[in-house]
Amino acid sequence: MDWVNAIVQGTLLGGLYALFAAGLSLIFGVMRLVNIAHGDLIVLAAYLGLTTSVALGLHPLAALLVVIPAMAGIGYVLQRGVLNQTLGDDILPPLLVTFGLSVIIQNALLEGYTADPQKMDAGALETASFGFGGLTLGVLPVLTFAVAVAVIAGLQWMFYRTPLGRAFRATSDNQDIAQLMGLNKAHVFGLAMALSLAVVAVAGIFLGIRTSFDPSIGGGRLIFGFEAVIIGGLGNLWGTLVGGVILGVAQTVGAKIDPGWQLLAGHLVFLLILAVRPNGLFPRVDA
Amino acid sequence: MHDPILGIRDLDAFYGDFQALYGLDLHVDAGEVLAIIGANGAGKTTLLRSIAGLMKNGAEQVRYRGQPIGALRADQIAALGIALVPEGRQLFPSLSVEENLMIGGRTGRKGPWSLDAVYNLFPILEERKAQASTSLSGGQQQMVAIGRALMANPDLILFDEISLGLAPIIIKDIYAALPGIVGEGMSAVIVEQDITKALSVSSRVYCLQEGRVSLEGASDALSREDISRAYFGIA
Ligand SMILES: Nc1ncnc2c1ncn2[C@@H]1O[C@H](COP(=O)(O)OP(=O)(O)O)[C@@H](O)[C@H]1O
Ligand SMILES: [Mg+2]
Repeated sequence: MDWVNAIVQGTLLGGLYALFAAGLSLIFGVMRLVNIAHGDLIVLAAYLGLTTSVALGLHPLAALLVVIPAMAGIGYVLQRGVLNQTLGDDILPPLLVTFGLSVIIQNALLEGYTADPQKMDAGALETASFGFGGLTLGVLPVLTFAVAVAVIAGLQWMFYRTPLGRAFRATSDNQDIAQLMGLNKAHVFGLAMALSLAVVAVAGIFLGIRTSFDPSIGGGRLIFGFEAVIIGGLGNLWGTLVGGVILGVAQTVGAKIDPGWQLLAGHLVFLLILAVRPNGLFPRVDA
Repeated sequence: MHDPILGIRDLDAFYGDFQALYGLDLHVDAGEVLAIIGANGAGKTTLLRSIAGLMKNGAEQVRYRGQPIGALRADQIAALGIALVPEGRQLFPSLSVEENLMIGGRTGRKGPWSLDAVYNLFPILEERKAQASTSLSGGQQQMVAIGRALMANPDLILFDEISLGLAPIIIKDIYAALPGIVGEGMSAVIVEQDITKALSVSSRVYCLQEGRVSLEGASDALSREDISRAYFGIA
């Protein structure tokens, strides 16, 4: 039963990792941009959630109503103001610029909030649990997982069923020809980053309710998100969810063997999958 | 004497340090079909890309309906009613046939062309509408590329080598559809390697050679010798 428990808890944790990863995957899919600042943006969203919920006396989940539009706005402005200028045939400039952005966000958060760990107060939600088939499941992890599934399903629907998704796919296929269709790629990329950071807002709030956070933890969240994307296969959103789950399960099972092995086990499974299937488990299969 | 719908003046084009067009002058009259011929590498595709906004131009180098459009972005030019059927079709592989057509209609311009009208013109596309565009034959892909451009209800449509790589029978079909397309008051520029084809559908023709206009005239008035000389640069 202990092992089953570890696997179930790991699966639920995978939901959080999928939330870390979904925005990363979206951005890479639409504009081939690897956003090194993604993890720090998650942490920024957590701090925004903290400040919003404290200042307005809101439950952290209610703070999403403020943080999602705020992060989306930041994403659009960031893309049009800075990142669009770095995109081109050379993949190095966007890496360097988002790396710089990562450093800037970390230092700004240090200035604004100090290095002390912070936590959001979600009241009873943090400890509530229920029994299920002999296991005890936390309400928060289950809610996180459900939200991750909903976010991925929503993104999937948007990508394949709406005019916006069509514009994303067309621009990803061929930027010049998409422009001939009347799509301004600067705007399309801005919308993609806005959407990515809207998901980052959700990820940041759930992270900040689950654990304490400080300005330095962004890099680790980036790695988890990155690993989930790669395990699942680039450009495949459901694959990203599976990747998150595999990573989460590897971590909890590793921790069960020896508490010190939690992170190592996750990285080892990642490397193993990368060695066996360099394109991930479910790479996108269009031409 | 009509007003030109498109006027090009002293147009240069560069790929990095390489100059592909040299001081080109050219115009398209409203409602006419203009042919552009020339050997491989003469600069025909570059010219069409310049008109469509995919090359960097000075504002005054391209005028459309009397407005300088040379410095506009491609999406702004598309919204003004210029559509390009690009060389090699260049469909969106991630989009189905119908989605490729629908994205062509994104500019929201009003006019006779709609999904139904395109399916009327090319009925095979309706049967294949849910398929990936990459699964079609070359001729069918070319129909999608043409339909995609028509969906924008353009006033000026640019065709870049629509017969390239297609079987003669398919080429015949596609050219048979052309009068129905440009008969709607549209102006058209047709780039074509097949000189006979180009002359038969057009009222005027320009020949390009190494980035310059080497000959221009009425399609029915030019002699074969003139054209060969302009085409191959044989003195
Ligand atoms: N992307 C590019 N980069 C560099 N040179 C190019 C590029 N595209 C075309 N050229 C060059 O520009 C010239 C004109 O090309 P193009 O306009 O494609 O000619 P055409 O369509 O008449 O065959 C050729 O010499 C070609 O090699
Ligand atoms: Mg060409």
